[in-house]
Amino acid sequence: MKTIKTIKTIKIDPDKCTGCRACEMACSAFHANPKYSIVNPTKSRIRVFWDELNDVYVPILAGEYTETECNARYRMTINGKEYGECSFCRASCPSRDLFKEPDSGVALKCDACGEPMPEGGPICVQWCQHDALTYAPERTEEVEAVEEEEEEVEEL
Amino acid sequence: MRYGETGVSLEIDLSRGSVEKVETDPKLAELHLGGQGSAAKILWDRVSPEVEPFSPDNLLIFSTGLLHATPVPGANRTAVNTFSPQTNLFAHSMMGGFFGPELKYAGYDKIVIRGQAPDLVYLWINNDKVEIRDATHLRGQGCQKTATLIREELKNDKVQMAAIGPAGENRVYMASIDHSSASAARMVGPVMGDKRLKAIVVRGTKDLNIARPTELFEICQRLIKEINDSPYVGDWMAADDNDSFHHDNFAWGNARTRRKGYWNEEIEKKFTAIRQTYMERITGCYNCPKKCHHLISYPGRQRYFFKCYAKDTYHMAAFQELDFSYDILGVTQEYGLDSYSTPQVIAFAIELYEAGILTDKDMPGFPSDVRGRFFYLVEKIVHREGIGDILANGVYWAARQIGKGAEKYDHNTTKKFEQIPIKLGKLNPPYFLMIATGEKMAITQIEGSFPQSPLPTREEREKFVNGWVAAPNEKFKQWFLEWEKRDQLPNEMTCAITEWNEMMHYLDDSIGLCGFLSSFRGQFGGRPDLPPAGKPTYHIHNIPHIISLATGIELDEAKLWEIGQRNRNLVRALNIRRGMRRKDEAPPADHWAVRDHEFEQKLLDDYYAYRGWNKEGIPTRETLDKLGLTYVSEDFERRGILTS
Repeated sequence: MKTIKTIKTIKIDPDKCTGCRACEMACSAFHANPKYSIVNPTKSRIRVFWDELNDVYVPILAGEYTETECNARYRMTINGKEYGECSFCRASCPSRDLFKEPDSGVALKCDACGEPMPEGGPICVQWCQHDALTYAPERTEEVEAVEEEEEEVEEL
Repeated sequence: MRYGETGVSLEIDLSRGSVEKVETDPKLAELHLGGQGSAAKILWDRVSPEVEPFSPDNLLIFSTGLLHATPVPGANRTAVNTFSPQTNLFAHSMMGGFFGPELKYAGYDKIVIRGQAPDLVYLWINNDKVEIRDATHLRGQGCQKTATLIREELKNDKVQMAAIGPAGENRVYMASIDHSSASAARMVGPVMGDKRLKAIVVRGTKDLNIARPTELFEICQRLIKEINDSPYVGDWMAADDNDSFHHDNFAWGNARTRRKGYWNEEIEKKFTAIRQTYMERITGCYNCPKKCHHLISYPGRQRYFFKCYAKDTYHMAAFQELDFSYDILGVTQEYGLDSYSTPQVIAFAIELYEAGILTDKDMPGFPSDVRGRFFYLVEKIVHREGIGDILANGVYWAARQIGKGAEKYDHNTTKKFEQIPIKLGKLNPPYFLMIATGEKMAITQIEGSFPQSPLPTREEREKFVNGWVAAPNEKFKQWFLEWEKRDQLPNEMTCAITEWNEMMHYLDDSIGLCGFLSSFRGQFGGRPDLPPAGKPTYHIHNIPHIISLATGIELDEAKLWEIGQRNRNLVRALNIRRGMRRKDEAPPADHWAVRDHEFEQKLLDDYYAYRGWNKEGIPTRETLDKLGLTYVSEDFERRGILTS
């Protein structure tokens, strides 16, 4: 059986990033409980990977949780600039503290600010003034519906 | 629960190697806010006036602004305060970037450092874990190189760092403390070096609590857009390639020559091409959308950031062009040198050499070209070698140590500190007062709210005044409407302007707000070579509410103004107690070609009275007591500074 899946995408243009990290501040405040009651960039679902002196600024959205770190690493050179092995990785991973709640260790994952999405788009996009983050139009895909398993209930 | 502030100060004793976390009295935030205001209070309480700046009992204090780490855009400038070896007075510095917010997320409002480490150390603040670590392996390393090495050592690339380079290690008076794309200038570097503290490294992952979350966040979300869209805020020098303002009006060389009409289309094309070739990115500070810092990659130099007027100071001191600044800043920023005062010290030395007061014996191998001379003297100064050891104490002391008529060439210092190089014709009354009485030692730290120049027609003035949201009251608007000639304004107006200009800085510096969004930015305009004026994002009418929402402290304009006055008078009290008096409050003699001693002294009398100070510039008992500074007036009476 087919169903419609909505895909939300945040477009990232690292060349436009000024490294201000307002996105981290805003995301952490938005997801606070009560909302906006604390600020803590470490709890943000978007983090800027920065290396000032190498002119590297890469905003990354929190993605998968993984139990094990990569065995094989790589370093990538793009337009003459070298990026570290984890620069573009979204994972909440044992090799680093990124995308984990600092107190509990619970993995963080970006959901483009949930349902319903805030008017104006995800909070990080709203706060970024330089179009380093923009919200791409939602697109939909037809996918196979996941069959719901019938629960076996024992008659007592 | 604390809101806005963390409620904890870090107390470091480098002599004993001890670290203490001290819970602070919430009342102090209500009285002084934070930043420089609360630092002044600590310095008053704990550093008596006979303590020498290079004594272990001198305190070096890094203070976050009260609004740091909240959603408030542009709240990111950390105050660095101590007593200066150059002036023997209160030293005040600020650095933008990310340090203050990170320190707040680590759980601390300030770091108070006393003592002197037995050898070079660095401070590693990792949330609750705070260590004093060996830094002898970092001796002689540049500021950014230190940051790179420590990140590797700690295996943590997210740490924020404030470090001195070899200039600070050698207690050069012009040494700066550098952090990310920012620099803390104005005499704080040598004290950090004296304490043998190479760097402070911070990583913070804790929550910062907000008193009225939704209200504050919604205002801030509006502000971040407003700030981005506004041409009235931010560093226009970073965005506009037309820099006729500095090149045509400020003094080149050892604050000697004005070159009116220097700037033209050809120069602008040339300088723009230089910037386009070597600038890789424009960056901003924490939670601010303005783009004020240029990342420069110049051949043969490690990448570095430059900002504001610092992009001109070296080449203007050397009568060169922009490429010279790009080249030499690649060296001096890594050494950790104040880019406002250092070029002046060097230009001063070159003048002495040309006059035969300094000779080849003093400067063996002194190059014949000016660029070579600048690089030569930078090396000597940073390493305190030969003549460098004398020049490293700044123009005032170097002149006196060299003698042989060198004092005459010290023509641009006030309170022994190098002033911005600008020498104009007619006396400018508010500028006279600001340079004479300002205690943050530089005009940039006191000017900024009231427009520098009048507008030519009544119509233009009316239009300006109608949109002048930042004006504190109708009186300022009325004055502006009637103001026609720049140097002709009633003394009362001059006093009010000076006070307002200064107070906005004191407020910004206690909450950690950037002056480019606030206290520095309202002043320009009225001329085609300047950015538009009068509409800073933050001003006396909205700052109180923002502070209340973040911290829960109930504030209105009157209460906020009172806090500002309290902090300002406390700073004056610090300096009075260390011996500053009216005779020290004098701009350089040749700062304007046309002076009027009688007028100036009458103006100074009027200003002292306006501020509630006596004829010596000392806050009166009444002024102090009204601000809750009875402990100051009592101390002054005990010392005979005030007589009842």
